[in-house]
Amino acid sequence: MDQVIHTRLDNGLTVVVQEMHHAPVAAAWVFYRVGSRNEVPGITGISHWTEHMMFKGTPTFPNEIMNRAISRVGGQWNAYTFFDFTAYNETVPADEIDLCLNLEADRMVNSLFDVDEVLAERTVIISERQGSENHPPFLIAEEVRAAAFRVHPYHHMVIGDMADLENMSQDDLLAHYQCFYHPGNAIVVVTGDVDGNAIVERVRKQFESIPERPLPPAVVRQEPPQRGERRVQVHGEGETDYLYASYRAPNAVHADFFALAVLMSSMLGSGAMGLLQGTSSNKSSRLYKALVEKELAAGVGGGLIPMVDPTLFTIAAPARSGVPLEKLERALDDTIAKLRNDSPVTQAELDSAKKRARASFAFSSESVTDRGFWLGFSELVAGSYQWFFRYLEELERVTLDDIARVSETYLDPSQRTIGWYVANSQSALEVEA
Amino acid sequence: MNQASGSSIPGPHDIVRHVLDNGIVVLVRENHQSPTVVVDGLLTASALHDSDETAGLAALTASGLMRGAGARTSAEIYEAIESVGADLAFSAHRHSTGFGGDCLVEDMDLLLEIMRDALLEPTFPEDQVDILRGQAITALNIQEHDTGYLAMRALRKLVYPSGHPYGRPVRGVADTVKGLSRDHLVDFHRKNYNPEGAVISVVGDVDTNTVISKLDGLFGSWKSEPGAIGEVQVDLPEVSTKKVEKALVVPGKTQTDVALGYVGPSRKATDFLAARLANTVLGVFGLMGRLGANVRDKQGLAYYAYSQVAGGRGPGPWYVRAGVNPNNVPRAIESILYEIERMEQDFVPDEELEENKNYLIGSRPLALETNSGVAGVMLYMEVEDLGLDYMLRYPDLIRDISKLEVQNAARRYLDSAKYALATAGPSLE
Repeated sequence: MDQVIHTRLDNGLTVVVQEMHHAPVAAAWVFYRVGSRNEVPGITGISHWTEHMMFKGTPTFPNEIMNRAISRVGGQWNAYTFFDFTAYNETVPADEIDLCLNLEADRMVNSLFDVDEVLAERTVIISERQGSENHPPFLIAEEVRAAAFRVHPYHHMVIGDMADLENMSQDDLLAHYQCFYHPGNAIVVVTGDVDGNAIVERVRKQFESIPERPLPPAVVRQEPPQRGERRVQVHGEGETDYLYASYRAPNAVHADFFALAVLMSSMLGSGAMGLLQGTSSNKSSRLYKALVEKELAAGVGGGLIPMVDPTLFTIAAPARSGVPLEKLERALDDTIAKLRNDSPVTQAELDSAKKRARASFAFSSESVTDRGFWLGFSELVAGSYQWFFRYLEELERVTLDDIARVSETYLDPSQRTIGWYVANSQSALEVEA
Repeated sequence: MNQASGSSIPGPHDIVRHVLDNGIVVLVRENHQSPTVVVDGLLTASALHDSDETAGLAALTASGLMRGAGARTSAEIYEAIESVGADLAFSAHRHSTGFGGDCLVEDMDLLLEIMRDALLEPTFPEDQVDILRGQAITALNIQEHDTGYLAMRALRKLVYPSGHPYGRPVRGVADTVKGLSRDHLVDFHRKNYNPEGAVISVVGDVDTNTVISKLDGLFGSWKSEPGAIGEVQVDLPEVSTKKVEKALVVPGKTQTDVALGYVGPSRKATDFLAARLANTVLGVFGLMGRLGANVRDKQGLAYYAYSQVAGGRGPGPWYVRAGVNPNNVPRAIESILYEIERMEQDFVPDEELEENKNYLIGSRPLALETNSGVAGVMLYMEVEDLGLDYMLRYPDLIRDISKLEVQNAARRYLDSAKYALATAGPSLE
């Protein structure tokens, strides 16, 4: 494995580079320390909207030029807004990596936020929210999150509340951009078929002239202790009820994180371990056997995602037709009670979690895009890119006692929020036009 | 500079093609960069073997293969696969049943043995078939309220003539799936799971000869049952000559999904690549091509607007999709048709065509970065009979397409006056 270069420019920009020479491609990522976590009522969804505006051009890369710049060299590009971060990615033939750095340095401070573009994008974003509202799992996840976080800004979804999407202004967006988009609040990651030292110099050349600015205000509204179970219901269209349970979980750097990841793996499969979530099946997991094999649910998913602040882990299951949610929830309770009492996680489950993480790591070295993501993600969420490389070591240290302790602490029913999506069966109607 | 060479594009120089005695084609490419292996394969058993009454049978059969096979129970199979961080899955498509998996190379024997048992000796236990059927019905019930799914299902019915197998959903509908029993699955497997036409593609940290001899040992003696049915051929339906529309009202929704489409080219059509290039211009390039630029970027009418040309073994659809606020549906459709008409009427300007060609050529190494990407391309080249040097020839094939060929492809398959249109979303009242 090639070494990682980690450095900081004078203006505060963090740079992480890893050479990977298995294919003639390279990926650039820019992570900003801003997401829905940094939003207050009135401007919920603004981080995501800002991300959309970053594709609307700069004086150097006007809209129509920017939209073609990466594609015309055969590259792929995209961006992602999450609770903790906003991230921009280009993956290109390796000899085009400088174009990505040039574009990212430019739009870090020169994006236009033209008023007509802001207005046109409002309807696009409202349409994106409406698309999510078409899906019951989004509706129940949103209500559970709002009930679980009364104070912390993890309270709202990344897309934001409709009222704010309808009312936010160009000035709000510009202020948000200027507050959060500058070198000291960003991490540039390059991975792939490049010369590492040469790339650091290219990053320096492109970004070092961008002036340093004051760091944004810290998020101080931490969630107070939860004093008892919370419950919410959403009634809506469809034929399928959903159970959506969430429990409080520690952040990514907490000493309990890795033991909890193993617990998640035994409950929900390796995709629930908060790293390299793949499409792995979870049919040998405890909840699959208890809920799906017993014909109470059509599937079960969820898990733990590493976050900056204390968060939630979730267990989501669509009920099988005719199965009351009470019955499904009782089966969930029974499974969790067994885990905490007479049937704790076994050595075989622990060994298997470790093996599965090892396989995930091996696969992660095949894609420069994925590797770049995890380096930037770890640097931002856990304070160091090394968190990613230490994941296997940390997992090796987890003992059965650790898992018993975190089962007791984090599977406490008083610390959960239970959501029910109750469907009122109405079918689609055909209308001949 | 320590750069990867251009030889990372797979071709006859580094793919070994070996045919087992029973006709199974094995493709192997060694890659020792990471200690992993990917297996990707397919059989000719497919949803084309279903009838209107048994729609969903091929899909249910494929999903049942791991629910007990050889000497192992369902629980033992999943425990074995999942405990080593491997993946293995089977799924039916319109023209094939695909299978694939990946694992650390130290676990390859286990993966291949279970794959073999699942394909050749599934036991389809009654209780597992009951669970699968119930899951499938719940999934279909969920889809009955998914506006995107409903719009595409309705579009297929409009695009293809009544009774054409392409109009049928691969996973069936709740009513047909309810009627499927263990006997149906056993019978479907016996008749349609054959070595003829099967392809297995292996990429990773392996020794080619070891893989071939391992696969020969596992699959070499597989023979078709008497009365087995081979690959089903599909005729090209008449291209629609009229405008057809269907609107589905789904109560309680906030967004309308729009699907507008045509019968498109099969991969074998001589103008397939010209159609693909036309489609890239229309609804792929940059942020979803001309459709994205007009419908999303300029007018703000939709979160997404794109187009896709399915290609494949038979004449799959060429379609446009958009997710639109219900009040903006007419304007969005008008804009989509405007962009389709431009493709028919005008040559794509030279610079735009050049950029789109560069995109198709330049993005090739990105798709071939991972073992699973390479395994998929190897399978595609074999199944579509493109030759193992196809990825090496691909840049020239794209460069040679003229603007007239692009326009002809658009004119042949698209028509701004005659199209099929399906929408699914809330009522406007």
